[in-house]
Amino acid sequence: MLFKYEVEGGNFSKAGFASSEIKKILKQINIDAKIIKRIVVALYEGEVNVVAHATRGTVLADIDDKQIYIRIEDEGPGINDINLAMKEGYSTASEKVREMGFGAGMGLPNIKRNTDWLNLTSNVGEGTVLEMKTFF
Amino acid sequence: MKLNEVVELLDAKVITGADKLDKEVSFGFASDLLSDVLTIDSEYLLLLTGMANLQAIRTAEMAEVSCVAFVRDKKMTPEMIELASENGLVTIESSFSMFHAIAVLHDGGLKPVY
Repeated sequence: MLFKYEVEGGNFSKAGFASSEIKKILKQINIDAKIIKRIVVALYEGEVNVVAHATRGTVLADIDDKQIYIRIEDEGPGINDINLAMKEGYSTASEKVREMGFGAGMGLPNIKRNTDWLNLTSNVGEGTVLEMKTFF
Repeated sequence: MKLNEVVELLDAKVITGADKLDKEVSFGFASDLLSDVLTIDSEYLLLLTGMANLQAIRTAEMAEVSCVAFVRDKKMTPEMIELASENGLVTIESSFSMFHAIAVLHDGGLKPVY
């Protein structure tokens, strides 16, 4: 099953829409609640990253009987140093993002913790692609 | 601790989920940093926060929080109320400070997450 959602950069009021929809789908197909939580927390963190840093993005989710594969692709500034971005506490988020309760440099490490496979690639000035898999 | 006891201890106003006040919470977590809330994997969790925005509701939805208590007299917006209702989330508002709210809930037996 393939699902696709658009994410609007800068629009915090819509951040979490894709995660919420995916959560409903996973519940419907009776995935274990603890696994659903890992998936949607990682996806939500990813959505927030797009809203916080990029101009626009898409979320693609592919669900089969064994796993969920999620690809979050955005157009934006990209990540200069991926190793640094993966470090807990490192953040380039704006003051506005911090006022919303995010931007503490916790997102990517938390995504890593909640997924079974993660691949992050980025081109500075173009955008970022975050791929993740979680097994059921 | 049942949620109706939480409401009583915090002298709170129930905003959404009034039909679920007989549910239990075992743990409390207090934070205005939503990123921290997303790292918690406890069940039966009560979240105390002064971060009254739509993302607090989304965060509660993803982190499977049972009840969100907005402290320091923070008020929920109509958009927050709508989203919380859609998700069947219990939300309450208290005029207590964060410290005051934590103190009475801890005395009442609510446990810390860590």
